[in-house]
Amino acid sequence: MKDQDESLYYVGDFPVPETPEPGQEPKPWKQTRVIGKPMPRVDAYDRVSGSAVYPSDVTFSDVLYGVVLGSPHANARVRSVDVSAALKMPGVHAAVTRSTKGADLTWPYVWGKGKAKLFDAHCRYEGDAVAGICAETPYQACDAARAIKVDYEVLPFVSDERKALDPKAPAVDGPDKRIAETDKYERGDVDMGFAEADVVLETDYRTECEIHTPMELHGCVAKWDGDHLTLWESTQGVFYIQQQVADVLGMPQSKVRVVGRYMGGGFGSKLEAGKHTIIAALLAKMTGRPVKILLSREETFLITGNRPASNMKLKAGVRKDGTLTALQFTLLATGGAYESGGISLTDWLIRDLYTCPNVKCESTEVLINAGLARPFRAPGHPQGSWALEQMLDALAEKIGMDPVELRLKNVPTVSQARPGNPPYTSTGLKECLEQGAKAFGWTDVRKKTAEQGKDSPIRSGVGMGACLWFVGGGGPPSTIVLKLFPDGSVNLNMGASDLGTGTKTIMAMVVSEELGIKPDKIQIENADTGATQFATRSGGSKTVPTESPAVRAAAIDVKRQLFQIAAEELKVPASELALRNGEIIPNADQSKKVKLNKLEALKKRGLIIGIGYRGPNPEKKWVNPFGAQFCEVKVDTRTGEVQVVRFVAAQESGRVMNRLTYDNQVIGGITMGIGLAMTEVRVLDHNETGKVVSKNWHDYKLPTALDVPREIVSIPIDPDDTEANSTGAKGLGEPVTIPTAAAIGNAVYDAIGIRVTNTPIGPVQLSRLLAERKAGR
Amino acid sequence: MDDQSDEKSSSSHGGVTRRGFLTSVGAGAVVAATVGGASAQKPAEEVMKPEEMGKITLLVNGRKHRLLVEPRWSLLFVLREKLGLTGSKVGCERGECGACTVLVDDVPQYACMLLAVEVEGRSITTVEGLMKGEELGPVQQAFMEHDAFQCGYCTPGQVMAIEGLLRKNPKPSDDDIRRGVSGNLCRCGAYLHIFKAAHRAAELKRGKGGAS
Repeated sequence: MKDQDESLYYVGDFPVPETPEPGQEPKPWKQTRVIGKPMPRVDAYDRVSGSAVYPSDVTFSDVLYGVVLGSPHANARVRSVDVSAALKMPGVHAAVTRSTKGADLTWPYVWGKGKAKLFDAHCRYEGDAVAGICAETPYQACDAARAIKVDYEVLPFVSDERKALDPKAPAVDGPDKRIAETDKYERGDVDMGFAEADVVLETDYRTECEIHTPMELHGCVAKWDGDHLTLWESTQGVFYIQQQVADVLGMPQSKVRVVGRYMGGGFGSKLEAGKHTIIAALLAKMTGRPVKILLSREETFLITGNRPASNMKLKAGVRKDGTLTALQFTLLATGGAYESGGISLTDWLIRDLYTCPNVKCESTEVLINAGLARPFRAPGHPQGSWALEQMLDALAEKIGMDPVELRLKNVPTVSQARPGNPPYTSTGLKECLEQGAKAFGWTDVRKKTAEQGKDSPIRSGVGMGACLWFVGGGGPPSTIVLKLFPDGSVNLNMGASDLGTGTKTIMAMVVSEELGIKPDKIQIENADTGATQFATRSGGSKTVPTESPAVRAAAIDVKRQLFQIAAEELKVPASELALRNGEIIPNADQSKKVKLNKLEALKKRGLIIGIGYRGPNPEKKWVNPFGAQFCEVKVDTRTGEVQVVRFVAAQESGRVMNRLTYDNQVIGGITMGIGLAMTEVRVLDHNETGKVVSKNWHDYKLPTALDVPREIVSIPIDPDDTEANSTGAKGLGEPVTIPTAAAIGNAVYDAIGIRVTNTPIGPVQLSRLLAERKAGR
Repeated sequence: MDDQSDEKSSSSHGGVTRRGFLTSVGAGAVVAATVGGASAQKPAEEVMKPEEMGKITLLVNGRKHRLLVEPRWSLLFVLREKLGLTGSKVGCERGECGACTVLVDDVPQYACMLLAVEVEGRSITTVEGLMKGEELGPVQQAFMEHDAFQCGYCTPGQVMAIEGLLRKNPKPSDDDIRRGVSGNLCRCGAYLHIFKAAHRAAELKRGKGGAS
């Protein structure tokens, strides 16, 4: 594992001065009144009425519309760019290229080591920026972009990572740098482990490349006021964008304001600024007018990240009693045209999910001429799960053991892959497996599918898979400011983005729980570098476990100050006061209760400001979410069509904060997992051009309303984790999508006896496999 | 300008209705006109050149808007960038995702696939048009109650698809609902909550369980 994996989500061991000392945090709640109940979102009105302003919705009367012209070639050198004709077209105001003054900027590929140019002379992948242009309407800007004359030297390309190591394949980045260093991990002795096994299996697996395609396009509006730049960007982290933009443009961070209060989905693809962000800022500066750039849907398929295709080999040994003796995993994958770190963590589940003394993993990243990988909802995990969970299924069959039983035999209590084998604060894996199986009716239904007649062409099958997510505990830094007004209403100020996971609502519930006020009296300001406190990016399912303890601490700080004031005025010790519905109530004599607005000192001060910081994570322990999913499918053996009938998901993500949004995350994660398992493939033209040929939602199919099961049952496993943090919450959004695809693969095997090792399981592949079996091949 | 009755007779929902526009845009229009059949046989009464602005009146959420538009401007562009009705979202601009779904004469249609000039005289309803002052309409209310969204970006389109479905079919079955929103992608994957919300919205519209 590389350092960068964790630094994406955490500050790591870097000391954050504001972080309270260990032991200062309040104990988690024992009983709750608000937390855990199903509550509609505090911002639901804005989102369903159309009044929420997403970055795409920001406009000004003098706004100009920008277009980024990308290279149409998989690999090309830009000899020259001529914008003279384009600039003369109707409505066109300005164009920017690498020869424009002030546009010769260094562009850091964020995770990678490589430095490139904003407009690089060598466009190593289709869609890499060549020029930007803006006009009065997006139509005029598109016309003008088409009129830009670019002289390309088209270069040979490599688009298939499986062939990138071929000596004859063209090099993406010079002859020596085609391959990043192979990442190696080893514990125990796998050869010895395989020798001790009763059964050893080895299988090749592959998952296809997925594109995030959030519904809101990547884009921004850039507006200058003198030397001060404001950006409305659709992003998962406004402060990170602020830092990147200031860095690239050589500006003080204080003069860059990034606002992203609403955003239409990211899934990891909006953790960083795009070249469009900088191009919009440059065009706005040149024209003295606000510039709006939304990438086209096609461009988002090319340049805004992906979950890389993963070529995996897994060898596993097991004894007849279900003891895993050895796991050996090799991975070949690509993060695209620069070293993007996009393939990391694919082996994490093999290293850490099940008890196994002997493990060896080798991950090789190669470069190809295609867009860069970006973290995609539980990076690496669904791919590794596709291999590991199908392998466990195959091992269970070989030794005649129930697949659930086999997993129960190998539930870990410590993180075996981390130095020193730190224990987990809680591992609900056993409960996830047991209670999920019970709710699903696993044993009975499995018996039924085993006994189903051979006559019907429609075959039923059931399958399951388990998971952990390698982070999901959150951590410092986080600062929350809470303002309590004399009428008992509250402003909550938080830098974090709400990606649609319901973060804001959960924070309102925390305030409500702690201060006894109704959530509708809470107004939340968030995700604005000019007006809110610093927050790290919303990724890694860390936002709720990071922010909720800080919100709780801020509420407690408010309460402490309020009780001090009240104690003096009521002549009752602060420790004997309670706060409910905007009233201070002495425990001893409830008739002496007073409304907040009767407190003289509060009226004079106008408000109480509470500040909360995120406390440290427990030392030498790890906070990870776990889960197990069960599914039933029907397969039509004539056509190869697969219907997902139902799912049960037992997820252990610490305390359930809001049951309504919790269940929504579960169904959403499973729906996305169905996409990986059954419908989504980025197709590159390996033969002629190297270009992406599935760059729209017709050719790249997402699960629709017709593709989801009629029933998804969510079984939250609450382990009562008292160590994780002061709210007991762990991440949910990512673990819920990890085992889905493998569970479907296992169910399809149960139905028809064909092990599908390559995604997607659709009629195209399955009808071929069924025909091959019929023909005896 | 075409007269109203003639335009109605030559149109079907989703079809191109402005013959004046068809005759103005070159080769593509010839194909479209051939496909268009009878209406294309008649002489054009108005020719709009591609780069010229034309005056149109749009009826949106019960209000008339007089606008100067280029013939190629989509209804979506005009709604969002000229009228400030940003509830209808831009997701693909090629009729794939449904984030821009609006009602045209009560029928859900993708606003990115309609030209502003071809919906003149039709009644257009956007998500903002379902509000009663500051109060949510029944479909919006149901989406809120059942948490039928996550990021909320596809939501106005999903709401309009359900609204259109319920105007035609007040008591839809599960399958009616699934088909009703099958042209509306939700990447967050909140479909199961959308189905629940659709049933609840039907209830609310029938006057059960609260104001509708």
